Amino acid sequence: MTAPLRAALFHRPAELDEALRLLAAHPEAVPVAGGTDLMVAVNYRHTRPAAMLDLTRLAELREWSDEGDAIRIGSGVPYTRIIAELATVLPGLAAAARTVGSPQIRNRGTLGGNLATASPAGDGHPPLLATGADIEIASTAGTRTVPVTAFFTGPKRSVLAPGELITAVTVPKAAGPQQFLKVGTRNAMVIAVCSLAVALDRDARRLGTGIGSAGPTPLTAPDADLIELPWNRPDLFNDALAAEFGRRVAAAARPIDDVRGTAAYRRHALAVCAARALRRVWTAAHGTESTR
Amino acid sequence: MPDALNEPTGRAATTASTPGERTPDERTSPSPAPTGPVPVAPAASAGLETAVPAGPVPAAPAASHAAPEFPTPPTRAAGGVGTPHLPGGVGSSPTRPDAEAKVNGTFDYASDLDFPGMLWGHTLRSPHPSARLRAIDTTTARAMPGVAAVLTAADVPGKLHYGLIEADQPVLALDQVNYEGEPVAIIAAETLDLARRAAELIDVDYDILEPACDPEEAVAAGNWFRCQPVRLGDPDAQTPAAVVTRDYVVGMQDQAPLGPESGAALPTGDGGIELYVATQWVHSDLEQIAPCLGLEPDRIHMAIAGIGGAFGAREDLSVQVHMAMLALATGRPVKMMYDRAESFVGHVHRHPARMRYEHAADADGKLLYVKARIVLDGGAYASTTEAVVGNAASLAVGPYEVEHVSIDAWGARTNNPPCGAMRGFGGVQTCFAYESQMDALAEVLGLDPLEFRRRNAVAQGSKLITGQIVDAYDPARADGGTPFSPLADMLGRFKDMPVPAVPTGRDIVELPGGTGNTTHGEGVRRGVGYGVGLKNVCYSEGFDDYSTAGIRLELVDGQTVAYVRTAAAEVGQGHWSLQAQIVRTELGADRVELLPNDTKAGSAGSSSASRQSYMTGGAVKAACEAVRELMRGHDLADGPIEATRVFRHRATKPMDPVTGQGESHVQLALCVHRATVDVDVELGLVKVVDLTCVQDVGKIMNPVALEGQIHGGSAQGLGLAVMEEMITAQGRVKNASFTDYLIPTILDMPPMRLRIVENADPEAPYGLRGAGEPPTLSSTPAIVAAIRDATGLALTQIPVRPEHLTAHFGRQP
Repeated sequence: MTAPLRAALFHRPAELDEALRLLAAHPEAVPVAGGTDLMVAVNYRHTRPAAMLDLTRLAELREWSDEGDAIRIGSGVPYTRIIAELATVLPGLAAAARTVGSPQIRNRGTLGGNLATASPAGDGHPPLLATGADIEIASTAGTRTVPVTAFFTGPKRSVLAPGELITAVTVPKAAGPQQFLKVGTRNAMVIAVCSLAVALDRDARRLGTGIGSAGPTPLTAPDADLIELPWNRPDLFNDALAAEFGRRVAAAARPIDDVRGTAAYRRHALAVCAARALRRVWTAAHGTESTR
Repeated sequence: MPDALNEPTGRAATTASTPGERTPDERTSPSPAPTGPVPVAPAASAGLETAVPAGPVPAAPAASHAAPEFPTPPTRAAGGVGTPHLPGGVGSSPTRPDAEAKVNGTFDYASDLDFPGMLWGHTLRSPHPSARLRAIDTTTARAMPGVAAVLTAADVPGKLHYGLIEADQPVLALDQVNYEGEPVAIIAAETLDLARRAAELIDVDYDILEPACDPEEAVAAGNWFRCQPVRLGDPDAQTPAAVVTRDYVVGMQDQAPLGPESGAALPTGDGGIELYVATQWVHSDLEQIAPCLGLEPDRIHMAIAGIGGAFGAREDLSVQVHMAMLALATGRPVKMMYDRAESFVGHVHRHPARMRYEHAADADGKLLYVKARIVLDGGAYASTTEAVVGNAASLAVGPYEVEHVSIDAWGARTNNPPCGAMRGFGGVQTCFAYESQMDALAEVLGLDPLEFRRRNAVAQGSKLITGQIVDAYDPARADGGTPFSPLADMLGRFKDMPVPAVPTGRDIVELPGGTGNTTHGEGVRRGVGYGVGLKNVCYSEGFDDYSTAGIRLELVDGQTVAYVRTAAAEVGQGHWSLQAQIVRTELGADRVELLPNDTKAGSAGSSSASRQSYMTGGAVKAACEAVRELMRGHDLADGPIEATRVFRHRATKPMDPVTGQGESHVQLALCVHRATVDVDVELGLVKVVDLTCVQDVGKIMNPVALEGQIHGGSAQGLGLAVMEEMITAQGRVKNASFTDYLIPTILDMPPMRLRIVENADPEAPYGLRGAGEPPTLSSTPAIVAAIRDATGLALTQIPVRPEHLTAHFGRQP
């Protein structure tokens, strides 16, 4: 039992248009879906919202749809459903969703909320970066689409403007094996010390990476993505290539020392994770153990 | 254990029966009516116990103040659970009286206390580890609507300081603050949120000082709470075959009880006050509170409210004086409840330690000498540091024979958070060091680590380094001329419990990194290690920690009902259940009713030091025996019988301040762990895959509760081994939240194999040995030894962090 929140206005729109109008009229209102970030911040008194905008009644945010080449995920779809319903088409994102908090948190927490919080350690971000997802943002002025690579602007900061609401995330369907690795000092329920997503597109012969918790924002590693791989002779893949990919990923990171880990450890762990991830996706894509 | 100890003596027609496990149906039934064997009643009774409806009840009502000592009909125990009505005597595992309410969420914890017209209290704490207080201006806060009181040190009605051993901690900061989080002012308001807002309006003028945070520097400057040497023989005159010298570091662990500090204070209207609080020792609280409030102790009624875990964190006062001051000042009930962040700074922690150990052995693998310098950081105030230092010094070499010893243990005073009691109490830090040393020395000697320990294990008649004789084992068990060694016996029991094989096709949750998907087997190496712990049970060094129990046996509606009154705290260990088990065994009553644990009963001492089964168990047993005596020739139909007994353990002596010699401990308890770990050596991530434990408990009083204690103690030791640390920088806590202070989850804690040994202690009730703490000592060194085995690294610091295991990668060219 805790003391009731004092005099906070709690808006409960039933439709998206109504939500956007309310948000335009009350730009101080903080949108809340699962509340797994926001309510922790309220409990710790890091924030004291004058008003909240409850998104849980907006049915259109809680649906996902197959758009052909991509899946459009409503911003209110909880992690539990991403794991249960999208693991085949979006294996990287589903793997990341599996590492979020506890089962209770995964039942409540949403991808839209993860993006809105924009923590550098957000588990959902690396797979979105690795696959080149798009963020759909709506306001009474209309809808705009922002590539996830342009979404984050700093620690817990994004391009989201007052009056704007994340409505959906469009994620390209996997065109090859994907991996997500998250390093934490506990075997579950842990904030990432660092994390890494890798997506391999076998037909387009393309690699995508996303790095979490090792910089002021989630990061890509363009130099690592451009590593030359033996697409024509998959059996020529070797440890040296994996290690080189690991070095490039580590070089793309901009980690700091904090209570969760040191910058040096984060770079080291990213290099190890990247080498493992690349070997795993390469082996999965080519159906054979490569030479060592 | 002789069976005779289970059989009550001198009793007329009563036979205790201890039924086995209940069926699942009975376990889940809301008001289980036992169908199994039940105690045979002395009178003409149906033999079935009355089912008391379980479920939520209000917290102990204010009216209980006027209740008679043995009320009929009974009131309910703290926590709002029904009184026990379950079969099962000593040695069985009856369902706990509080089990159902705790599982279904209806148990009333102290944080659930609610009274009409109640105000909320809140504490303003210093953001600085060291500062002079120039001025405090509360004018704006007082003027805020909804604020009923804002109090500072100037408003403390009585003594300005309190403390468990030494009264050195200000109720509210006087002219200086000495640690981050030190209480400066208290507020009562209509809501908690209002009280917190008002706290932000209090203007404190701090003159910020440079904090002194290095315990070694503090010791060098003579700034310490206690220095305890132990001197034996002449270490410097020895000629060893092998010497190992290492420095060890132990981080600051937190008890992290899930229930935050909480309580409520109710003015009685005549200047007195009632307090309901989650505490480990209500009488010790009362002794400290009364002088600060300027009240005679009999003006204060205290009852224990539902406790959500303790582990030592509820020995020191937290909300007690503050909420009482606010209630007296406002004339209204006041509740205080810390949030998680405040809880982390609102109670003491386990002492961080820096230790230098030198172990030497002869060519036969016998310990020649041990030298140690142990510096524990006590933080800003004394708390129990003095006693913790005594334990660290007296238990500094563990359960091994050694004739030459030079040990110096300090408890430093710094501007770090105050440290005090936590499960293991001074035994944990040194256990990590001496067990690491035993492994290192065995390696130098080329001996198997278990064999090296066996050669040096204490036995019946051995002298500890304090001169205390190990005397609680059966002399008849000597093997020829060799006295019985419980430790050697325990070490031998691992032979028929092999290390688990590495399974194939493991799911990621079975591998290091777990759901993080960091390894599918890449970089994983297995390691195995052992740890042995020696813990003292009950309070030591001459302390008289007696316990009191009252029993009243009477006929109610044709049934014999035993009412039990003690002030012992049920902290989750199952003590309520244990009391009822003892009464069933000793008196065979149809029903056992546990009365509220409050200051109307005599002191039970603390639910600490693994002592409550021994001490309050002993008091309940003694009171039952007294009732049995009074029963001779008496018919209950003529009236009830009651008896109150005080139980004491054998007397102990203080350690000699120069040599550390003295029979300072009551009882010694042993535990041995073997840990098997898988380590991802490239990422430095650890998965403990098996913990096998051999523990000597003297007598298994309640198998399920015992397993719970061993599992929990082992898990807490696992936490210290690989993740739990309060991180401070210049006196400031950096991770006061469960986001960053990590405790083990079910994926971190492996299933355990237990082998329980029952070497009865003839001095103890039923021969039992305290069981709650020893596993916390030995699991930590066992796990670290296993990680060493997997990685080949020295690992002298706990918790072992991933960067400790991977630092060598950075040193490669």
